[in-house]
Amino acid sequence: MTTVTAGTSATPRPGRRPGRRTGRATAGRLRAAGLYMVSVLIGVAVWQLLAVTYGSALVASPSETLSAARELAGDGTLFNSVVASGRRILIGWGLGLAVGVPVGLLIGQIPLVRHLLDPYIEFFRFIPPVAFVTLAVVWLGIGESSKVVLIFYTSVFIVTLNTSAGVMAVNESKLRAAASLGANRRQILRCVVLPSTVPHIVTGARLAMGNSFLTIVSAEIVASQVGLGSLIWTSRNYGRIDWVFVGIITLGILGFVYDRVLRVAASRVLSRYGVKL
Amino acid sequence: MTKTIATPRPPDGSVPGSGGTRGAALSATGVGIRFGSFEAVRDISLDIAAGEFLCLLGPSGCGKSTLLSAMAGFVPVCEGGLAVDGTPVGGPDPDLGMVFQSSEALFDWMTVRQNVAFGPRMRGQSRAARAELADTYLGLVGLRHCADRFPGQLSGGMRQRVQIARVLAGGPRVVLMDEPFGALDAQTRQVMQDEMGRIWKASGCTVVFVTHDIDEAILLADRIAVMTAGPAASVKAVYPVDLPRPRDPADPAAAELRRGLREDIGEEVRKSLRDQGLDLEETR
Repeated sequence: MTTVTAGTSATPRPGRRPGRRTGRATAGRLRAAGLYMVSVLIGVAVWQLLAVTYGSALVASPSETLSAARELAGDGTLFNSVVASGRRILIGWGLGLAVGVPVGLLIGQIPLVRHLLDPYIEFFRFIPPVAFVTLAVVWLGIGESSKVVLIFYTSVFIVTLNTSAGVMAVNESKLRAAASLGANRRQILRCVVLPSTVPHIVTGARLAMGNSFLTIVSAEIVASQVGLGSLIWTSRNYGRIDWVFVGIITLGILGFVYDRVLRVAASRVLSRYGVKL
Repeated sequence: MTKTIATPRPPDGSVPGSGGTRGAALSATGVGIRFGSFEAVRDISLDIAAGEFLCLLGPSGCGKSTLLSAMAGFVPVCEGGLAVDGTPVGGPDPDLGMVFQSSEALFDWMTVRQNVAFGPRMRGQSRAARAELADTYLGLVGLRHCADRFPGQLSGGMRQRVQIARVLAGGPRVVLMDEPFGALDAQTRQVMQDEMGRIWKASGCTVVFVTHDIDEAILLADRIAVMTAGPAASVKAVYPVDLPRPRDPADPAAAELRRGLREDIGEEVRKSLRDQGLDLEETR
C-alpha cells in the first residue's frame, strides 16, 4: 500500500495533473508558431538581400514597401482597394457556390444531366478567365458586373466538379439503406446525398476561393478604378514598384485571411459532416 | 448426415408481446441473377416461413450476398421470382430491411438516435412517435445510453447494433443480414450472436442471415441453406436445425451437424479454389 502524498507520485496515475497534457499541446503549438515566425523572418531577410542586390528600380526593399504601404493607407487607397477587391471576390465566389452546388448535385445524381452538361464543363473549364476579360468588358461594361462574372466563372466550375465528384462517391450502402428504410428519390438526395457530399463541397469552396484570388488581378486589368489588381496594374504606369509590392503582399494576406476564416467556420459549423480542416 | 430438403418447421421459441405476427413469408422460385454475361446464381428455390430464422451458408464469392441483395430489391432478378407473402419484390421496400456487413451504411452526420429514427421519419411520423420508436429499439439493442453520440464514436459491435435497431425501427417484416458480424473480432462476434438470438425472438421478424461461419449458423438458425460455390451458385442442401434454444454448442447433435456442414462446405470451397487455379489434392 502506498501513501499518497500531495503533488508527487512515484508511478504514473491515470488522472495526471491537468496542466501537463494541455501544457504539452500548447508547447507544440507555440513551437509551430515560432517556426512560422522564423521562416517569415528568413524570408524577409532574403527579400532585403535581393532588394540590395538588384536595386530599388527592380525590387522594393521591405522598408520601402512598408513606407509605400503607409503612404497608400494614409490616403485611403489601400483600404478602398481591399474593400473593392474583397467584395468582388466574395460576391463572385458566393454566386459560384450558389450555382455550383445545385448543378453539381444534379450532375452527380442524374445521368441525363451529366451527359448533357459534360461537353460544356469539359470544354470551358480549361479556358482561363483572363481569356474572357475582353469579352466580359464588351458584354458587361467596365462596371462591377464584368469583374464579378469572371470570379463567378472561375468558381462555378471548381465547385460543380467537386460537388458532382462527391455525389458519385457516396457509399452505395448508405443509398441502399435509405431506400430500404422508405426514402424516396428526393428524400435520399436531401437527407443522404447532400450531407455526404458536404466535405467535397467545402473542398470545392476552398479551391474556388483560391482561384478567385488568382483571377481578381486579371479581372481588374481593364478599366478598374479601385482594387488590389488595378493597384498592381496602374502602379506600373507611375513606375512605382513599391506600390506593386504592396498590392501583391496585401493580396496574399487577404487571401490567407479569407481562407483561414472559411476553414475555421467550416470546421466549426460542419464538423458533424466530416469536415476537418 | 443425410442431406434432406425438409419442409419448413415453425420456429422454436415463442414470440412474446411485440410483433408476434410480424414476420412475412419469403419465397424464391427458380431465381437466377445475371450481370451481363456473368451468372451469379441459378435456379434458387427456397420457401422461408414467417418468423423463421434462415441462414444462407456458403464459401466467399458464392453469390449469397447477391441473392440477399435481390431479396432486398436492390438487384433485379433475371429468371424466376421473389415474393414476400405472395407479393413480388419490385424494389427496395420498408418491409425488407437490410443490415449491411459494413457499418458504413450508417449516417455518420446523424446521432445514433437520429439514425434509428430515420425509417419512421421517412414514413412521416411525428417527432414524438419517432422519439418513442427510437427509444424502444435502442433499448432492445442496449444502446440507450449512446443515443446522442455519433456512429464514429462507437465501436464496431455497437455500430452494428445501431444498424439492427435502425432496420427494426423501420418496421420490416423480413430482416436481411449480410454477414453483419464479419468485421468484428471473435469475442464481440460471440456476444453479438447471443444478442441477435434475443433480438430476433423479441421482434418476431423473419430473418435471412448470410454467413460463412458454420458455428454462427448452427447457433442462430432454424434452417441452414448451404450454397454451392459460384458462379451459377444454387442451393446445395437445406439442413433443419432441430436443436433446442438457447443453443448449446457442446451438444453432440450440434457437433454432428457441424461435421456434416463442414464436409459440405469444404467440398464447395475446394472446388472453388481449384477453379481459381489453386492446386489441391483431389481427396482430403
